[in-house]
Amino acid sequence: MNSTKSTYVSKMVSELKPSGIRKFFDLAAGMDGVISLGVGEPDFVTSWHVREAAIASLEQGYTSYTANAGLLELREEIANYMKTQFKVEYSPDTEIIVTVGASSAIDIAMRTILDPGDEVIVIEPCFVSYTPMVTLAGGVAVTVQALKENDFKIQPSQLEAVITAKTKAIMLCSPNNPTGTMLNTEELQAIADLAIEYDLLIIADEIYAELVYDEEYTSMAAIEGMQERTILVSGFSKGFAMTGWRLGFVCAPPEISEAMLKIHQYALMCASTTAQYGAIEALRNGRPDVDEMVKSYRRRRNYIVQSLNEIGLTCHAPGGAFYAFPSIESTGLTSQEFAEQLLLKEGVAVVPGDVFGESGEGHIRCSYASSLEQLQEAVKRMKYFIDSL
Amino acid sequence: MKLTKNELEIVEILEKEARIKTEDIAKMIGISVEETEQSIKKLEYNKVIVRYISLIDWTKIEDHPGVRAMIDVKVTPKRGVGFDDIAERIYRFDEVSSVYLMSGTYDLSIIIEGKSMNEVANFVSRKLSILDSVISTTTHFILKKYKHDGIIFEPDNKDKRIVVSP
Repeated sequence: MNSTKSTYVSKMVSELKPSGIRKFFDLAAGMDGVISLGVGEPDFVTSWHVREAAIASLEQGYTSYTANAGLLELREEIANYMKTQFKVEYSPDTEIIVTVGASSAIDIAMRTILDPGDEVIVIEPCFVSYTPMVTLAGGVAVTVQALKENDFKIQPSQLEAVITAKTKAIMLCSPNNPTGTMLNTEELQAIADLAIEYDLLIIADEIYAELVYDEEYTSMAAIEGMQERTILVSGFSKGFAMTGWRLGFVCAPPEISEAMLKIHQYALMCASTTAQYGAIEALRNGRPDVDEMVKSYRRRRNYIVQSLNEIGLTCHAPGGAFYAFPSIESTGLTSQEFAEQLLLKEGVAVVPGDVFGESGEGHIRCSYASSLEQLQEAVKRMKYFIDSL
Repeated sequence: MKLTKNELEIVEILEKEARIKTEDIAKMIGISVEETEQSIKKLEYNKVIVRYISLIDWTKIEDHPGVRAMIDVKVTPKRGVGFDDIAERIYRFDEVSSVYLMSGTYDLSIIIEGKSMNEVANFVSRKLSILDSVISTTTHFILKKYKHDGIIFEPDNKDKRIVVSP
């Protein structure tokens, strides 16, 4: 044994911080009777007609690889979907790649556009993978903080302040995980103006685009002059309740798409064939399911936001996704302390806001993708917990 | 009656869960409790909400007698009243739980509930078949209820998600 060799793991990966969510997962997984508001996925099971279509594809023997970019039939459905739902037109032949979840879309996007040292502006609080994916692609993640006093909407001046000659792209997620904040057309326009002025790309994570409750959704690519500089990432996980299928897609101008496809074909070959057949059915006949789910999320959002405010955890009504992001500052605890004690004392799992970035401190993420009974019980326990402090 | 958006929400919520508290409905829609109460009263008054009933799985109750049958009935419609007259003659029987006028190869679809198969058989032979307008009946006994009015009787409600995820 060679004791001088401490690790086979690369320096870059060694230095990568593990996700703060892991700790809570380990803690909660060992406990009984936990009510979890910590889940970042729908509580709906994928609609039966979608599952049935996937099963049928297996029965008929569709078990081989598809084209690298995904089944043409699916890409055509995606093109049609993007046009009808989001008013952006993409060519199924040259501008759409079916990926393994939105995560792999973000990964290939970063690896495609970044040279060593190139900077990507990452707006926190945000999904835990953005910064590591920038790092792993050899780039430098420059974080900026969306602030509570602005309802967690990033201000263009904050972005402008960190733009340098090395800035290549802005990573944008709306509606946002964990805050639920959605940017409206004017707010997107302001960011678009910056991107155009400084010749930047926008990587738009629009995975929650279907789950919006108050205002109509605008895609970044639908803003004039932005389609040519937007890498639009989306998928089936959230809107169609298909997280475990691991199916996403990315839409980008032909030059970028072609380059991304190179990585995708070497790294993954293609996304799961069975999942792709399910997705075709979801896009063709799944609209009523989405509408039903949105209706249900909206009711639960209204319920949880008002209930949290009533027990002293103030939060704004998030415009999209399925997360409430209340402030716990009134308790005097840090978000880690709050989440840990709440879990151990009352058996309610939430995610501490600081794992999503600096400005998430003082908040917790509560997913309301749970039944009303569960939400009621969770709020009851949280009230009991707060009163006991 | 044309319902407002909020009234429609109330009806949809109550249809799924009749015992839900008014305060919870109010919170889910984002309106006041008073407004919710008033709307519900109005919906009840206008018979949009007809009744609040429970869905019971009687097979769970030991020794509870009971059978259900669906009967396809062919009838001769009458001048002036069409099928309404014979439908009414049939639905007045307490054993009859539902009556529908159908398109297709028969006219009325009846669901009847009895204590035993014998009782259902007696109803068909002694009360239903002998009605003047009834031409023929076909009785189908229900053996097991899997799903009723959108509700699955033995649902798999297990949450299969991991407890915490990004």
